[in-house]
Amino acid sequence: MLKIENINVFYGAIHAIKGISLEVNEGQIVTLIGANGAGKSTILRTISGLLKPKSGEITFEGKGIAGKPAQDIVKLGISQVPEGRRVFANMTVLENLELGAYIRSDKQGIKDDMEVVFQRFPRLKERLTQLAGTLSGGEQQMLAMGRALMSRPRLLLLDEPSMGLAPLLVKEIFSIIKDINTTGTTILLVEQNANMALSIAHQAYVLETGRITLSGDAKELAASEEVRKAYLGG
Amino acid sequence: MKEKTKKDLLSLVACVALFAVIQALMEFDVIGPFWQLNFVLIGINIILATSLNLINGFTGQFSIGHAGFMAVGAYVSAVLTVKAQLPFLVAIAGGAAAAGLLGFLIGLPTLRLKGDYLAIATLGLGEIIRITILNIPYVGGASGFMGIPRYTSFMWVFIFAVFTIFFIKNLINSSHGRACISIRENEIAAEAMGIDTTKYKVLAFTIGAAFAGVAGALFSHYFYIAHPASFTFMRSFDILTMVVLGGLGSISGSITAAILLTFVSAALASYPEFRMIIYSLVLIILMIYRPQGLFGNKELSLKMFSRAKGGAKHDAA
Repeated sequence: MLKIENINVFYGAIHAIKGISLEVNEGQIVTLIGANGAGKSTILRTISGLLKPKSGEITFEGKGIAGKPAQDIVKLGISQVPEGRRVFANMTVLENLELGAYIRSDKQGIKDDMEVVFQRFPRLKERLTQLAGTLSGGEQQMLAMGRALMSRPRLLLLDEPSMGLAPLLVKEIFSIIKDINTTGTTILLVEQNANMALSIAHQAYVLETGRITLSGDAKELAASEEVRKAYLGG
Repeated sequence: MKEKTKKDLLSLVACVALFAVIQALMEFDVIGPFWQLNFVLIGINIILATSLNLINGFTGQFSIGHAGFMAVGAYVSAVLTVKAQLPFLVAIAGGAAAAGLLGFLIGLPTLRLKGDYLAIATLGLGEIIRITILNIPYVGGASGFMGIPRYTSFMWVFIFAVFTIFFIKNLINSSHGRACISIRENEIAAEAMGIDTTKYKVLAFTIGAAFAGVAGALFSHYFYIAHPASFTFMRSFDILTMVVLGGLGSISGSITAAILLTFVSAALASYPEFRMIIYSLVLIILMIYRPQGLFGNKELSLKMFSRAKGGAKHDAA
């Protein structure tokens, strides 16, 4: 579904992504794990068009999307939940969700999808008229995910959904991610919490300072000596 | 939809009534010439503050070069009425178009800048416009463009102020406006939602500049003259002060602050040495006790009260 071939991304003079290739198959959860500064978020931002690669190809369902503006990529069916949630703090929960459907104009479809989001995140429905900035961290993460789902993406990019959340909430969020995947949305998940990420993913890539060092079946990677030592604490 | 039309109609009636009262007071000389002038200034300042609020308050792009666009409107409209002998309305439209076009051309490259960088760029821009005008003999250069007919009356100013408010209010409540506000709230998230952030930043900048052009046209056709000294960065700051005092992102705030500050500055006109001191004191006190401005980002409306009620009900349940 998504194929990245040999992309190079720079922040000014810093070579952040050094010739990475990876693939996301339809219907799967693919995770990118690695330490701080390895380049995980950079890859997501490049896919969603917030950054432009210097070289390399990104194809989504056969169409080249590398270097396209973000709004075109959203229209093709890729939606991103940015790192740190980034909800629109001074807008209500409802307004946040409506903005998630910004690129759509099918009123009935938007209404139906809003109901789906409420079923998935009942707490958002309770807080519909509350300002997003006043929600708790976990609720903000749910809102950010719900907002991204409002564009009805076929590929959902999740950037560190566990960041700053209590362990119990992390568990809840991950079970929701799994659920979103089983209802037909392909997911590319970037996480520092390698344990959790590998437990729900099908495929995994390990990233180190801009390069992929390991890749393969998530269960196998979780069992491998190298990954256990480096990322899973023994 | 129908309710909205009804509400708009009601506001329009209220505006006409307000205009009739003020105009009558002017006719019967209850409002003397000095205050008549200040009522015109209030109207012009409302146009300036509301349009700058669209850029600074709603879209979150910190621009402080509004006087420059006002100058473009003032001069272009004056050229159109004096040199080309065109009707006033055409001249206003021409001034607005010229200012808007300039805003568009300048917005494209500068709106890539963020925060203080954009502020400095727009500050410089305002000065460049002023100094350029200063060096064009065709429009009078340093001595100003003289002999502009007084076409502006309180009625014109009132009509355009109301038009500006309605236009910007409707824009803000549309999906375009929502897009602008989302840029202020979080530009990266807005981009990730598929909002063309560059387009909306330039759109807000262009519309804001065009309305500043309207204000400039009304200004020069009231005071018989367009002079470069009227459009220094001090005027940009005056407008910015109104926007911040009223509340970034509140149209009612901008209107209130424009009225308040114009009144204060008129009342202190005979004590020019105190004027700036009191002005600054007001700002310092406000920033300490109410950093979000008089209205924050809220609007003055009946809904304010019903919302509070709704919230209480929600808590009880």
